[in-house]
Amino acid sequence: MGDGAAASDLPAWSIDREAALAEPLRSWWSRADARDWAWGGSSGEGVRVCIIDSGVDEAHPAVGPIQGAVAVHEIDGELSVAADDEGDLYGHGTACAGVVRKLAPDCEIHSVRVLGGDLTGTGTVLVHGLRWAIERGFEVINLSVSTTKSRFAADLRELTDLAYFRGSLIVASAHNMPVESFPWRFSAVLSVGSHSGDDPFEYYANPHPPVEFAAPGVDVELAWTGGSTIRASGNSFATPHIAGLAALVLAKHPGMRPFELKTALRAASSNVRSAA
Amino acid sequence: MSSHQDPLANENGRRALLQSIVALTLSVFGAKACSIMRFDEDARELVFEAVAGEGEGALVGRRIPASTGIAGWSLASEEPISIDDVLSHPRFDREVAEQTGYIPTKLTVFPLLHGEESLGVLSVLDAGATAHFGLAGMQSLGHFASHAAMALAAVEAARRGERSRAAAPLASLAAAIDSLDSERRRQTLALIAALEPLIRRQDDA
Repeated sequence: MGDGAAASDLPAWSIDREAALAEPLRSWWSRADARDWAWGGSSGEGVRVCIIDSGVDEAHPAVGPIQGAVAVHEIDGELSVAADDEGDLYGHGTACAGVVRKLAPDCEIHSVRVLGGDLTGTGTVLVHGLRWAIERGFEVINLSVSTTKSRFAADLRELTDLAYFRGSLIVASAHNMPVESFPWRFSAVLSVGSHSGDDPFEYYANPHPPVEFAAPGVDVELAWTGGSTIRASGNSFATPHIAGLAALVLAKHPGMRPFELKTALRAASSNVRSAA
Repeated sequence: MSSHQDPLANENGRRALLQSIVALTLSVFGAKACSIMRFDEDARELVFEAVAGEGEGALVGRRIPASTGIAGWSLASEEPISIDDVLSHPRFDREVAEQTGYIPTKLTVFPLLHGEESLGVLSVLDAGATAHFGLAGMQSLGHFASHAAMALAAVEAARRGERSRAAAPLASLAAAIDSLDSERRRQTLALIAALEPLIRRQDDA
């Protein structure tokens, strides 16, 4: 991944599966035991996952009904959050929701739209939407977007720290290009890059952060607008795999803090080998 | 510096620079079409600056809304995206058909990031249509997008410089007119108004 070994011919923050397996991580538990303990028998029931993105099309059969949808509006510099019936004008948020639903079929999904329609993807809208989600105490927040604008970095760092201490896990997509962007680089979030596998439960803990995990992000089958299905690539689509897994773990172990979730997910990652 | 020494001194040179990038990208990735679109922030539109392959010669200057579509997503999110089966979604058909007249199977769009600004997008249609594009392909295309972003930034800087130079005499003239008494100001403005049709006729010629 990025700064890590054997990744010079790969995009920023992606991981080579063979390289990951050649450098196994040590753990105090076997991977099979860790997976069973972490999410065995869980469907994500009762866990609220918030998708901060372009909206979610809840009519899509791979997404199903969602439990809430709002949009952040910026009018003459005034920011507000209001109920949203636009659905998803791009498809990106629906794709993320579909991946979460695939892994955690019984979790709640809530949408906070910060892109599409009258929204231009400004950092102020992203910051406001994230603040709103943290204040509502969603257990998992999927953030497959970021901003390259450094003037928002301080606010985003403050917010991600706030989420960490309140017990909301922010699962943030690493940028797909070698550029500075926020908030995925902050240690209070769980950051995600891509690998090229297609098993949704195949994921790697990165021994060379800042990106902490890699999940399927290449040619991923995704729900899109209008009830359609597409195949697309990007860290955006790796991220909800980890958000879905986090929902599974939280449903089985309610109240887990973000650092405990990271530890559990690391112990169950595909490149872990038992120390015994 | 003369126009022979500065390839960006005129619009032909600027177009040629951007065209060389899309032509190279098209060739290296075995694509059917490749374009650079610039983000016009005031109009909230994407403007075709250069096109190679399908649509070449017909699309430069054409505009599409910046708020929708895959190109709009890449611009707004500042992230690349690669979609493999564009045909499965009718909205993509319309979007791409409106842009190029060519319906691809695969569409890859990279934002043109320069500093903290998203200047536009690089779109590649049916890159390596017969081969798996994969992570390595995305990495390579990212380098081309970075190169295109630097070129577009240079082109835009040259254009701003040209506009600034063109506006300087007008600013001086406006200050002189402001200092006139009311009758002479009226006469001068009437003279300028009379010149305008003449200038426009020369533009049309």
